[in-house]
Parts: sequence; structure tokens; C-alpha cells
Amino acid sequence: MYNLIGAGLIVIGAGIGLGQIGGKAMEGIARQPEATGKIQTAMIIIAALLEGLAFGALFLGK
Amino acid sequence: MKIAQKSIQFLTIVVIALFSISAYAVVADKNQYSQHDGGQVNTKKEVEEYILHHIKDSHDFSLFSYTNDAGERKHLGFPLPVILWSSEGLVTFMSSEFHHNDDGHVIVEKEGLKFAKIHSKIYELESDAATVVFDDTHHATNAHKVLDFSITKSAFGLLLIGLLMLLWFSKLARQYKTRKVPTGFGRILEPLVLYVRDEIARPNIGEQHYRRFTGYLLTVFFFIWILNLAGLTPLGFNVTGQLAVTACLAIFTLVIYTVSGTKGYWMHMIWMPGVPVLIRPVLAIIELAGALVIKPFSLLVRLFANISAGHIVVMSLIAIMFTLKESLGVVGATGLSLLLSFFITLIEVLVAFLQAYIFTMLSALFIGMAVDDHEHH
Repeated sequence: MYNLIGAGLIVIGAGIGLGQIGGKAMEGIARQPEATGKIQTAMIIIAALLEGLAFGALFLGK
Repeated sequence: MKIAQKSIQFLTIVVIALFSISAYAVVADKNQYSQHDGGQVNTKKEVEEYILHHIKDSHDFSLFSYTNDAGERKHLGFPLPVILWSSEGLVTFMSSEFHHNDDGHVIVEKEGLKFAKIHSKIYELESDAATVVFDDTHHATNAHKVLDFSITKSAFGLLLIGLLMLLWFSKLARQYKTRKVPTGFGRILEPLVLYVRDEIARPNIGEQHYRRFTGYLLTVFFFIWILNLAGLTPLGFNVTGQLAVTACLAIFTLVIYTVSGTKGYWMHMIWMPGVPVLIRPVLAIIELAGALVIKPFSLLVRLFANISAGHIVVMSLIAIMFTLKESLGVVGATGLSLLLSFFITLIEVLVAFLQAYIFTMLSALFIGMAVDDHEHH
């Protein structure tokens, strides 16, 4: 039961984080379309790091 | 234009064909697992058990099985060798001797020792025991685990893909001796190789050092990508969803960036210049933990969790046709499951590439940090 609540909290946190990353990247691309490639690469790296963190937490909480 | 159209047609057909076979293989496979309770998987609990069984490694390679008119079980697939290091030394036999039994009822006797398979793990029975005795928590009381070096389904898939990669890439490399543009399958591989080199290795590691590490990055990229895709076929491999495999890959990356780290990299980690002396040991602990534990751990958990979660989601969506049969009717449940699992399988094809890309990308990034000369300080 508690680990399910924990999983929910992790997903909420990761969702906020991913939303921030994606939103800011979109803004960046809209402001500077010529930097799309660089922004996307950086976005994917940060998203991957965040995902690793969230999966790690889910994995430990299992 | 014509070529593009043809390749799109071809890809569509391949995706549809693969999908239909995989659904079929999964449904048929369900019978085999719960054969001892004599029927198909119907309830939620059975579906859950079946999915968890698929995620794990297994000792034989079964494509599907069915009951013929005479009521016999027929299995389509082939046995794999079991290699054990028991209390008496090396013991080998084929996994078909367990007769697809997975709950310890079939005892195999080899060289005076008795073996039983319980939940995909092989146990050695004590010398005086005739059958496996379980306690209340379903642990075997008179048997112990042995060191298992078997060619399991995952090991088989790993060797198969390794061999294929060796064939494809050595053929590609040989072609450059006589011509500039590769032919056949090499035309698909060449742009991917160039992509990994120019988009992943070169910008992240730096112009000076990237050549040394491109070989490793190419190997992990194609290894993970091809195995991820193989996991989506009816063969049902789940190699990159095994913790042992991803941990091993992460350890390779760890060893590479630890060994090739420059003096500046280690200085910045252990005795960070430019900060107060009192803070330096604290920073050293954080940096060391980050480099030696957290980085490889995040690499291994990310790949494992993504691929396992993907398999679970695909199979859960396929299982909708059993779990929602009562409330939606047979046609409704099957249609819903077909629709959902079709699109999630397409997403999984994307995830297969993305995870290979991210693993390679982060490996390149970590290696780049280690070999960077820190001249800008």
C-alpha cells in the first residue's frame, strides 16, 4: 500500500520535472529555431537523467 | 520517390506481420505456462503470473504449444543446454529433460545427483531426498541452488545477436576495401554507424579523443538496439530487460571512463581546486559516489526498467482480451486490445531506438568528462 503511494509521488515528481524540461525546451526552440538540434540533445540528456532517478526510486521502492 | 514509397510499404508490412505473429505467439504460449491447471489464462492473477514469467529468463526456448485432439500437449520450440556446477563438479544435460515442468515435480538424475527446476531456477536435491518438499512460504527445504552456467533463452539470444552483428559488420568493413559505397544490408548500417560517430561520439568526447572510444560506443549502441528490437519479435527475448545484462554493460562504461580518466579529472574529483579546503572532502565524497555508483546505477536501471516496463505494458494490453471479456464481450475486448497494443508496439519500436541512443549518449558524455583536458580552467 505505502509503496504504491510512494510510486504515485515519484511519478508526480517526475512528471513535473519532465514537464519543466519539455516546456522550457519548447520555449527555447520557439525563441531560437536555429538551435533546435542542440536544445533537443540537451533536453534528451536531462530527461534521461531524470528518468534514471525516477526509475531508481521506483526500483528501490518495489 | 519510388524507392521511398517501396520502403515505406515494406516497413508497414513488416510491422503488421511482426505484430500479428507476436500476439499469436503470446496467446498460444499462455496455455503452456498454466498447463498444470489444465487450461488457458483467464483470470487477472494468471495473467499477472504469466507476464512475470515472461519477463524472467527461462531454460528452454518455446515458441508456442497447443493441445491436440487426443489431449496431448505439443510444444513448438527447442531445448537449450543446461550447464551446472554442482557439489560434484560439472553436470550438463538438455533442458528438455525437465519436460517443461517448472514447479519441481520432475526430477532429473545425472551422475548420481538429482536436480529439479522451480520457478526457472535449478535446485540440487539432498542425496537422500526423493521429491522436493516445500515449507509454508513455498521455499524448498531439502534442496539448494547450484551455480548455473546454462545457455538460457537470454544467453542464447545474446549469442545469436552477437554472431549476427559479427557477420553484418565484418561484411560491411570488408566492402570498403574494394568499393566506396556498401551494397545490400550495409546500406542500412552505414548511416547508423556514421550517426553514432558524428552525432554521439564526436561532439560529446571531443575531436581529439573520440576515435579511441567510437568502437565501444558503436558496439553498445547496436547491441542494445538490435536486442531491443529482437525483444519485440515473437521470439520473445527479454535480454536487455535482464538486470545482469544491463549491469554488465554499465560496468563496461564505468571501467572505460575510470581507466581513461585524465589527471585533471581525478584532481577535480578528489581535491576540487578553487573551493575552500574544508568543503573539499565533502565534495570528494559526493563526486566519488556520483562517478563510481550513481552514474553506472542510473545507466543500468534505466535500460532495465524501460525495457521491462515496455514488455509488461504490451503484454498487459494483449491480456485485455481475457480480462475484459465479460464486460465488453469477446469482439469488443479483442478489438480494444488489438488497437491499444498495436499503437503501444509502435511506441516500443521508438523506445527501442531511444534507449540504445540514450545509453550510448550518456556513456559518451561520461567518457567525455573523464578525458576532457580541463584547459578552460
